[in-house]
Amino acid sequence: MKVRLRFTKTGKVRFTSHRDVARMWERALRRADLPVAYSEGFSPRPKLSFGLALSTGHESMAEYLDVELSVKPESPDVVPIDVTEFPGLLSPLLPLGIDVVTAAKVEPGTPSLQESVSSCQWRIEAIGFDVSTTQQLVTAALAADELLVTRTRKGREVTDDLRPAIRSVSVVGPTGAGVELEAELDVHPRSVRPAELLSAVFPNGVEEGRVWRLAQWIWSDGARVEPLVVAASPDATLPPHALERV
Amino acid sequence: MSSLWPQLENILAKVEKPARYIGCEDGAQTPEHGPHKVAWLLTYPDTYEIGLPNQGLQILYEILNERHDAVAERAYAPWGDLEALMRQRNIPFFSVDTHRPAFEFDIIAFNLAAELVYTNVLNCIDLAGVPVRAVERRPEHPLIAAGGHCTFNPEPLADFLDFVVLGDGEEVVSEITEVVSDWKSGGRTEGSRAQVLRSLATIPGVYVPSLYEATFEAGLLVAVTPKYSDVPAKVEKRTIADLADWPYPKRRLVPLTEVVHDRLNVEVFRGCTRGCRFCQAGMITRPVRERPADQVREMIRDGLRQTGYDEVALTSLSTADFSGIEKVVSDTFDDSMGCGRVSVSLPSLRVDAFTVGLAAQLQRARRTGLTFAPEAGSWRLRQVINKLIREDDLYGAIEGAFSQGWRRAKLYFLTGLPTETDQDTLGIAELARNCVEVGRRHNRSASITVSLGGFVPKAQTPFQWFGQNTSEELQRKISLLRDDLRRDKSVQLKWHDPKATLAEGLVSRGDRRMGPVIEQVWRNGGIFQEWSEHFRLDVWTDAMAAHGMSVDDVAHRHRTEDEVLPWDHLSAGLHKDFLWQDWRAALEEVGLEDCRWTPCYDCGACTGYSIEHVVASATPPAGGSQGTGQDLARGGVVPVSIISRPAVKAST
Repeated sequence: MKVRLRFTKTGKVRFTSHRDVARMWERALRRADLPVAYSEGFSPRPKLSFGLALSTGHESMAEYLDVELSVKPESPDVVPIDVTEFPGLLSPLLPLGIDVVTAAKVEPGTPSLQESVSSCQWRIEAIGFDVSTTQQLVTAALAADELLVTRTRKGREVTDDLRPAIRSVSVVGPTGAGVELEAELDVHPRSVRPAELLSAVFPNGVEEGRVWRLAQWIWSDGARVEPLVVAASPDATLPPHALERV
Repeated sequence: MSSLWPQLENILAKVEKPARYIGCEDGAQTPEHGPHKVAWLLTYPDTYEIGLPNQGLQILYEILNERHDAVAERAYAPWGDLEALMRQRNIPFFSVDTHRPAFEFDIIAFNLAAELVYTNVLNCIDLAGVPVRAVERRPEHPLIAAGGHCTFNPEPLADFLDFVVLGDGEEVVSEITEVVSDWKSGGRTEGSRAQVLRSLATIPGVYVPSLYEATFEAGLLVAVTPKYSDVPAKVEKRTIADLADWPYPKRRLVPLTEVVHDRLNVEVFRGCTRGCRFCQAGMITRPVRERPADQVREMIRDGLRQTGYDEVALTSLSTADFSGIEKVVSDTFDDSMGCGRVSVSLPSLRVDAFTVGLAAQLQRARRTGLTFAPEAGSWRLRQVINKLIREDDLYGAIEGAFSQGWRRAKLYFLTGLPTETDQDTLGIAELARNCVEVGRRHNRSASITVSLGGFVPKAQTPFQWFGQNTSEELQRKISLLRDDLRRDKSVQLKWHDPKATLAEGLVSRGDRRMGPVIEQVWRNGGIFQEWSEHFRLDVWTDAMAAHGMSVDDVAHRHRTEDEVLPWDHLSAGLHKDFLWQDWRAALEEVGLEDCRWTPCYDCGACTGYSIEHVVASATPPAGGSQGTGQDLARGGVVPVSIISRPAVKAST
């Protein structure tokens, strides 16, 4: 039985790495005494699969984790596992800032997080710029035919056009130290990092301030949904054809 | 004052591994400061990942926070990238619990587990905004203290430390708190610093270097004497009589990021009487005090439940000697079946107490790495150092392990030992090759890693009189061994940099004249000296030369019997004549038995403090020669009565 969990990573704990978070989860699941399935082999590991890695230092309102539990759902002799209790059970076993928001059973055959998530919604702070300058730069960036960024990959310089990977970008408003942008960036064919968006929007460079992942989106049929919906997710859109059918 | 966090969080995104500076660990305390609470900053002067697992620091952190008149936080040395940003932005040294500036604490207490961290101690004091030299400090400055194994010769740091604690800290931290509490409530007035230090000096186990005068004649130390009559001429270490009274840590610190020894560590006994003559830890922590097996079991069970760890390490100086070790290990597996898979590691294993039964127990879960420490390559040299394990014991242990599925093992050796010849050194290669042969009976790909460390003579040991090998000589021996093993693909050789061994030697047995040398090394950027990428011997030799000090004199010279040693006024309980006799016995290649199972030879540790060994078993661990070369121990009862654990106190 596979369970998908949605959790946050905010505050001081944002300075831990993706691997650190994986270890926190392993310990929390053992403490909760949940029957987590283990891999076979010389060094068995619990079967956990995380979605997209979050960079050290970035915060998130929408992290996901799939956990494989070694119970058959219809087995009569085990106490049925109530996934709605997972947030209350697990949050206290995790560090401050990691809060389990919701959990749900995943139907067999559901694609993995890695496969299904297509874009991420980001809130990105740019230090030292004001709203009107930033607005002009954003407008210019969106109007450009291509936004070339150069990065080093395996010791070689690679130049990519970022423009097709930017689904949206807008100015949110000022912060104490600069300005905040919100952007939806694709994760395929490769995951675009917030710093890359900043270097595309601010051609003369800018210091990255605080960064939050607000959502991970699965796009299908021209509409986006979250891998796990929290009560009401106001930012989700309805598929255009759904509207037509009404 | 407010927390430094708002300033820190702006720079943490720019440094390597920022998680080391955030605190937030599971098990971290919520310290509440107050005008009537003595605030301790327990500092490990190395990186977080080395310092966090330190059990001594975790124990004191918890004991102090349980007191109503004390509060304790933790700090670790910042790595160079963060330090540069801190200095640039005037951010002082801080605690990781509430990110409070270090200078707001009453006591900054350093854990000294290794000598090469001394320059980091100075760096932390300076980053805290406190004068590095004790004599320049004023009432508003925190008291700078140190504890840990290195304090059995704290003289090289005498200029920088206000007070030093010798031995077990569990009890003495409370006595110190009470004295400092009076100082604090008295308003820390002008001139009061001298008074509080004078009061601290009357607490058994506390040494205040500034209250002693070191006298030199013709370049030799002739005396270290107290300046006042109420200051003890000799400071004796503190020893807790029974580990059962101190089941700490109860709330374990579980780091959020990777650290060394990241597992549940449970101390099963303290002290060791195997009597290895090179081993400072074994000498200064006597007598042996075993934790009751039931308490061990309880601490493992509670610890696993509390932390979610999947590995337990049973720690001590020689864990296979713990009475009934096999049962403790098997209980651990049985108890933990509910909480998933748990593996057990025994970090300090004597080959003569490692049995097939133990190997069979250990391999029930994930196999952890196996390390044995024969220490020397020949029986003759092992008699000199009193590491009395026979070749057969080693092969037996390898046989036991490899028959239970292990495919590799690590063997730890020292080079540069007293009386060592090239034949002894080459004996290491032979032992390693023979171990591979034994292992091949069970696995074709059996391999052995030989780890070679340079020997540094330490204070309060029988080898304290021995002149350390030069780094050139150590290098020659390493090369000899490397060449001999060159064609053996199944034996890997790793060695410690002999240059770092030399620097360690300088600070291990130096006297107060090393203070200015350490200060200059620090001022010239020599911090994190136990990290090979930062270590530079020339910074040390330049500083020695600049202060007219001779490397030969401090590190390579054999000391004489009548010579005053810099630590003679500090005592780990061992009689100096016992140590001298043991040194002579070493040179005569005569071993000494373990007094847990043979009559007392009066080293002084028990008799001097009216305490006794706490050992549950009247027989030595199964198997092994117990060091005599005779078959003393094979299952037989040793003709000595083992003292039972002290009577339970009425109050508990």
